[in-house]
Amino acid sequence: MIDMKDYVPVIGLEIHVELSTKSKMFCQCSADFFGKRPNSLVCPVCLGLPGALPVPNKKAVEWTVKIGKALNCKINPESKFDRKHYFYPDLPKGYQISQYDEPIAVGGFLEANKKKFRIHRVHLEEDTGKLTHEGKDSLVDFNRSGVPLVEIVTEPDFTNSEDVVAFLKELHTIIKEYLQVSDANMDQGSMRLEPNISIKKVDDKNLPNYKVEVKNINSFNFVKRAIEFELKRQLELLQKGETPIQETRGFNEKKGITVPQRTKEGAEDYRYFPEPDIPPLSFTQKYVEEVEIPELPAQKTKRYEKNYNLREHDAFILTRDGKMATYFEKVMEEIRDKAKGQKVANLIINKKIDSTASVKELTEKLKDQSEGRKTDLGSLESAIVAVLEGHPKEIKEYQSGKENIIMFFVGQVMREMKGQANPQVVKQELEKKLKK
Amino acid sequence: MNILGKSYVELLGLLNSKKISTKELHEYFSKREKKYNKELNVFLTLAENPGVEGEMPLAYKDNYNTEGIRTTASSKVLDSYISPYDATVVERLKKSKTYVFGKTNLDAWAHGASTETSDYGATKNPWDTSRVPGGSSGGSAAATASYLMPATIGSDTGGSIRCPASWCGVVGLKPTYGRVSRYGVIAMGSSFDCPGPLSWHVEDCALLLSHMAGFDPYDATTSSKPVPAYMEKLNAEKKLKIGIAESFFENVDKEVKKKIEEALEILRKMGHIEKKIKMLNPKHALSAYTILQRSEVSSNLGRYDGIRYGNDRSFFKEEAKKRIMLGTYTLSHGYYDQYYKKAQKVRALIIEDFKKAFDDVDIIIAPSTPSTAVKLGEFKKYPFFGEQMDILNEPANVSGIPSINIPVGLDSKRLPVGMQIMGRQFDEETILNVSYKFQRETNFFNMRETLLKKYHD
Repeated sequence: MIDMKDYVPVIGLEIHVELSTKSKMFCQCSADFFGKRPNSLVCPVCLGLPGALPVPNKKAVEWTVKIGKALNCKINPESKFDRKHYFYPDLPKGYQISQYDEPIAVGGFLEANKKKFRIHRVHLEEDTGKLTHEGKDSLVDFNRSGVPLVEIVTEPDFTNSEDVVAFLKELHTIIKEYLQVSDANMDQGSMRLEPNISIKKVDDKNLPNYKVEVKNINSFNFVKRAIEFELKRQLELLQKGETPIQETRGFNEKKGITVPQRTKEGAEDYRYFPEPDIPPLSFTQKYVEEVEIPELPAQKTKRYEKNYNLREHDAFILTRDGKMATYFEKVMEEIRDKAKGQKVANLIINKKIDSTASVKELTEKLKDQSEGRKTDLGSLESAIVAVLEGHPKEIKEYQSGKENIIMFFVGQVMREMKGQANPQVVKQELEKKLKK
Repeated sequence: MNILGKSYVELLGLLNSKKISTKELHEYFSKREKKYNKELNVFLTLAENPGVEGEMPLAYKDNYNTEGIRTTASSKVLDSYISPYDATVVERLKKSKTYVFGKTNLDAWAHGASTETSDYGATKNPWDTSRVPGGSSGGSAAATASYLMPATIGSDTGGSIRCPASWCGVVGLKPTYGRVSRYGVIAMGSSFDCPGPLSWHVEDCALLLSHMAGFDPYDATTSSKPVPAYMEKLNAEKKLKIGIAESFFENVDKEVKKKIEEALEILRKMGHIEKKIKMLNPKHALSAYTILQRSEVSSNLGRYDGIRYGNDRSFFKEEAKKRIMLGTYTLSHGYYDQYYKKAQKVRALIIEDFKKAFDDVDIIIAPSTPSTAVKLGEFKKYPFFGEQMDILNEPANVSGIPSINIPVGLDSKRLPVGMQIMGRQFDEETILNVSYKFQRETNFFNMRETLLKKYHD
């Protein structure tokens, strides 16, 4: 961590999420573009051909409402699309259909690291095409053009990179595992992260008079490193009495540094105006109410702690993966014994049981365990020998007093035994061998 | 068989009863094209394929996308652009047994009221080839008037069907905004653009509208209201209350006024009642229209950035450049509230004004244009001359209501005078009905017969 002394970081986030709707935002082309032959998923609308008109995708609108609700936002009863103008070869109409002053959702919050971070707005827009550069040629692929894109903007509520990462992970889990409105795959760019970073004096009540935006980061780790690099860079400038310039920077993954992309003096003029091709949207209270939100991971975690007496950490892990959580609940339903919650959780978490295994299988295993699982001592012996042979370094650590490492050996042996052993027995046998 | 001057409906009847063939029709209109197009310059492109037997020929303003056929909007920016798809209107009319005969001239990008700004040369007014046909659907109007086509398709953003229909002396209908799909019509002012038909005969417009109109899943601004059977209602007995607003007769040429008054006298004799009403001065519609349309134009033309359509931005001519600059300005940060937003407010007031007026009257009658056709070259002499010529048309575009131009006689220069009949939202039925009755009563003063003596076979 950087020692900020009299300064405090001010960080806000912009997150772009590509929705996994069947068709694109304004036409009927497939939105499942990743890895497809360039320009094979296009039509007059997403190519912006003369005369073509956009017709909004109802599902995408509904899913944006869903995200808004999950982020505790107010859904605006009236919303509209606007045209945002700029020239770029991947933008075939010369404008992007986006939302300016009447986004679908506003004023929410999301908790992470036990803190509340405010959501400024959630709006719906279309993605652009994709440029690649080969030698002197620039190639454009419009398969991505018009894929529905949700932009989530937070308030500048973050003061450190850990909170940012925790927040982003929580958001990622909600969108991918719970709402299932996007695969949120960061490698493929279906979730893109842009932190806005600046620093102010601790006692300064106003926001800093500059901000640095780091564009299109595609991993949590890179966000963390980009923020930390920026904080250090900006702090050095501030301490020299300089003000960092307002600009957009890119993150160089190899060097772990940010580099200037373009300076942004004040707001760019996108000449927003209401999209005349799409009538305004209006959402009745009934419509908003009927957009269903499942129980979200944070609520689930709390419920597991309360109902099944799970350790907070385990409840948290179980709820990170929607399938795992569902599996856990099915097992609990099957065995009808709330007191066994932690045991089931352990089994799922530690054994990393494939959640495709039938609930029956797991409950069987659970029975085995509670009855004392039968262990074939002969094969246990050879499994232990094999594991120990492979880990001389860990043996030394154990013998030098780091006895906790025994659990590592238990795990390895259990794996060797393909789970067909009683871990208690394994531990006992291991201790015998190691203490020799 | 004598084809000259026959209505689209009549020809269709002959075609359906096999008294005439598509081949004959195609040859007939090809012959007329060869004979007169050079003089009038109405066709930019002729389709290579004649229609399949049973189909009627139709010509489209060249801002309609036609699959496999060059579509330029009369701008050299799109000089070599061959559209890969049909506009919804084209597709629907093809399904209604028509084929694309050719594409007609317009002011480049539909920017203008004279068809002189076309990058492919001006279209001439068939009544007097030293004069403009009006615009921007000047090619369609002139082709219709000279019977190079029995009917044509145009588009009306701020009078672009009614102005040339008025100056060429034919019937031209601008339907309600949202009645006909804009999908595939090269966008000009997106919140105003209205596709519509032109013909010598009201029944042709009624029939074509019934084929063109209706909800389109490709245009989110189309209405799902059912399409009435316009043809069947043409003869319905209606006694209407006609609204006349003084403000629509300000600065109108005396002769034009006189012809409109004569037409009104005929309507009164037919049993309709006239009522003086008060309406906002059309100059407010003109201001709001100019700002909003330029804003939309500056946005809509952004896609012709030189990357995709062959020719780059240097191919834009003066009028388009002016509009792009003005629209860019009115949308700019700091000016948006002052211009775009204010214009939207004025627009809301004008919509309200018409609503109120139609509480009291069934139709509103006004001149279509303040004068008859002007000489070639006049437009260039005065800034916003085109807008001034369209000042009486623009209120209908700003408020979205339907309006039709019908010919009401010739002035002393033997140039046609046009009268427009505005109706309630989605009430094309009434304005078609009254126009049809007027046509039956007057035969439009034999104007068609008069002109076609000049454009004989």
